[in-house]
Amino acid sequence: MEKLEALHLNNKIDARVRKNSIWKSIFFLSTLFGLVVLAVLIIRVLFQGMSWIDIDFIVGRLSTTAENAGIMGAILGTLWVMVVVIPVTLIIGVGTAIFLELYSKKGRFQSIIETNISNLAGVPSIVYGLLGLTVFVRLADLGNVVLAGGLTLALLVLPILIVSAQEALRAVPGHLSEASYGMGATKWQTIRRIILPAAIPSILTGAILALSRAIGETAPLTVLGIPALLIPFPEGLFDTFTALPMQIYYWTIDSSLVAEYANLAAATIIILLIILFLLNSVAIFIRNKYQHRY
Amino acid sequence: MATNSNLNSGTNVSELIAKNKEKKSLNNYFEKSIPGILFLLASITVLTTIGILYTLVSQAVQFFMEVPILDFFTGTELNPLSQNPEFGILPLLNGTIISSLIAILVAGPIGLMSAIYLSEYATDKVRKVLKPLLEILAGIPTIVYGFFAFTFVTPLIRYLWPGVEATNILSPGIVMGVMIIPMIASLSEDAMNSVPNGMREGSLAMGTTKLETTIKVVIPAAFSGIMASFVLGISRAIGETMIVTIASGSSKNFTFDIRESMQTMTAFIVEVSGGEAPAGSTLHYSLYAVALTLFVFTLIMNLLAKYVSRKFREEY
Amino acid sequence: MSTLTENKININVNDTVQTNESQEQIESKSSVIYNTQNLDLWYTKTHALKNINLEIRENEVTAIIGPSGCGKSTYIKTLNRMVELVPGVSTTGAISYKGKNILDKSIKVEDLRTQVGMVFQKPNPFPKSIYENVAYGPKVHGIKKKAILDEIVEKSLRGAAIWDEVKDRLNQNAYGLSGGQQQRICIARCLAIEPDVLLMDEPTSALDPISTLKIEELIKELKKNYTIIIVTHNMQQAARISDRTVFMLNGEVVEFSETNQLFSNPKDQRTEDYITGRFG
Ligand SMILES: Nc1ncnc2c1ncn2[C@@H]1O[C@H](COP(=O)(O)OP(=O)(O)OP(=O)(O)O)[C@@H](O)[C@H]1O
Ligand SMILES: [Mg+2]
Repeated sequence: MEKLEALHLNNKIDARVRKNSIWKSIFFLSTLFGLVVLAVLIIRVLFQGMSWIDIDFIVGRLSTTAENAGIMGAILGTLWVMVVVIPVTLIIGVGTAIFLELYSKKGRFQSIIETNISNLAGVPSIVYGLLGLTVFVRLADLGNVVLAGGLTLALLVLPILIVSAQEALRAVPGHLSEASYGMGATKWQTIRRIILPAAIPSILTGAILALSRAIGETAPLTVLGIPALLIPFPEGLFDTFTALPMQIYYWTIDSSLVAEYANLAAATIIILLIILFLLNSVAIFIRNKYQHRY
Repeated sequence: MATNSNLNSGTNVSELIAKNKEKKSLNNYFEKSIPGILFLLASITVLTTIGILYTLVSQAVQFFMEVPILDFFTGTELNPLSQNPEFGILPLLNGTIISSLIAILVAGPIGLMSAIYLSEYATDKVRKVLKPLLEILAGIPTIVYGFFAFTFVTPLIRYLWPGVEATNILSPGIVMGVMIIPMIASLSEDAMNSVPNGMREGSLAMGTTKLETTIKVVIPAAFSGIMASFVLGISRAIGETMIVTIASGSSKNFTFDIRESMQTMTAFIVEVSGGEAPAGSTLHYSLYAVALTLFVFTLIMNLLAKYVSRKFREEY
Repeated sequence: MSTLTENKININVNDTVQTNESQEQIESKSSVIYNTQNLDLWYTKTHALKNINLEIRENEVTAIIGPSGCGKSTYIKTLNRMVELVPGVSTTGAISYKGKNILDKSIKVEDLRTQVGMVFQKPNPFPKSIYENVAYGPKVHGIKKKAILDEIVEKSLRGAAIWDEVKDRLNQNAYGLSGGQQQRICIARCLAIEPDVLLMDEPTSALDPISTLKIEELIKELKKNYTIIIVTHNMQQAARISDRTVFMLNGEVVEFSETNQLFSNPKDQRTEDYITGRFG
């Protein structure tokens, strides 16, 4: 007994254990740090913007007088952009994923495309803005319209969707497609009737995440020259538009001139965050509802 | 065939199927064209890369015909709008590097410590609550962070440290750090999670505390994964645009004073493309030279991260 | 165009070259549906099937037994060319199905697989309703009319002896069923396109004894209308349900004869060792 106690003292076990628990608290507080900032950010935005949100603000048109300003134009612009981004990313993204997972031979070409996709995912969004400016706005001569903005953002989030669609397809167990082939189904029939339906919940989850990334993006839009001034509501793919992030951007930088603009920016942020929150809730709902059972 | 004889029904399925097969020739053409269609869709990503490279390089070349490449990379003066415009990228590089360093100084330690907590200390229950919350942080649009930096963090810093200017590099640097915490935390946590449990147990069995095991066993084993997460974090910060554009202003100072306004490469691109740089002007082309530099920077960082983490995977 | 049925040549036992001594004793009224000649198969490097020569007769149950890894699954999957889903597989020799060499490039595997159904070791219904599972084959092959599909579904489920158990919940997900029921749904799914042959790769090895018994009874029943080739690890099962039995070892056919004979009076020492449990 005495010996053990001596050992105890020698190793300073008490001190070491105490040190361990002190650091455990530090690690825990570090984890909380990010969350505290998140809480401060949200509370701050709510305080600044909540009282500015009413029906007039949501359905109203843009105005330079803070009291009359509304963001319907920006909401419509964001929705129109979604109209472009959703089909374009889904078709290209799922098509690419099917090609990579189910058609291409595992070889050189496939690894080139996959490396390329992972590198594209790391390209700063503003560079996509320059691509869009050069190719869609100028070369294709679309101008800074919904279609140009939507295509630019679609290319930007495409890698996210491809990677998640690939994972979704890979997760469909082989015995399902075997059963289908065994019935004399062709490859495409098997993909369309068995593999895709089984993968679609995960693909949609990935698509929604990609979409929420797209509608929060600002930098590429600034490069495309998307305005945030009084412009008519967009009514089609070839109309000029503004989007919620652009609105936030201009109101934020001009808040040093007109103080109320900061509140408008905050109110618009609330709307944007609500849209993102709803989108993500849908994603979580889909994920939970269609959890794989095979 | 004997197949149908015993089934008490009028429909002969195999005959129906055989008949349908004859009709299916149109479908056959469709089926045959599918791999081709999918191949075309898959090559769009390659076209994107080619498009980016072509856009940047072709116009940057135009720029370097007017401004010598050496002047560009060694110039400390950036006055694109003056009578005698000067195009030195160093002020922008300086702004980019300083803001990214501030960001990683914030996100590195906090992200790593979060990862340690989540991977080594947290119970499953706690982890299941904390991780999705951290993911929210990663899902906030950067424009919101920009707003936060400009209207909240900067005033706060100026209150605590009166010498700080209204637009400065410190505030966006810190906020970018917060933004990349989740990324570093989750990548480092992945790296630490893939350290085999046997290594931990071997150490714990010798009577070491969790802290000692973490520092002496887990972190060294996960080191390259952690490094990769840092490098990716820096890469994100280098490419981040809105936070610095909003909160750090547009003065092209070549300074190391973090209380002052500086411009990053990304913010410069926003400023110049948003203003009316006439197409064909040197100013316009400078946009692409800067963007190319930015692109190469982030590409190198991303490849470095991949290289480092691949080395790490080979260890087990 | 279903080329396979068109050029049906019923190979008579007496006409074919006898490749295996034991086969000389086999006399049968039914004709040969599958004739495998000098079949060799390689997975990239592994030589999985070595010079296989086998004649499988119509409307019989042929059981394939042998120790793990001897090539049973490989062989049965060659019979509907599912083995090709594994990259790097190569074959030599011939398998004639109703007189046509199915290893020939000109054969459309979809046609072959329409006539040769397969039931797998693990029940693998689609994550769809029971009805949709059974209607899958007919739909894939262009049958769209609801009335016809209804008829096919009922007929097939009855054929698989599961109609009474599921008739009130055809629209429920097949995953809600027990393993044995799922396996019978998979059999019904095959029956729906009225194949001539059913390939079964250890169809009961994932099931409990009662479900196994039900499937065995079903197989005996199906034998009247189908040619069945079944891989099994269970020698009692082979003895119970099959007419003929193949014993394979290391990718070769060691012995092929009438089931009774193979189990009561094996010709080859290795067969005897295996069925008496001395190895495998
Ligand atoms: N996909 C594959 N790739 C490479 N080799 C394979 C593959 N599948 C099987 N083999 C090899 O081919 C040989 C025969 O395998 P097979 O699956 O046909 O055996 P089996 O008799 O069905 O065994 P079991 O009773 O375990 O199911 C084995 O040596 C196996 O390792
Ligand atoms: Mg097998």
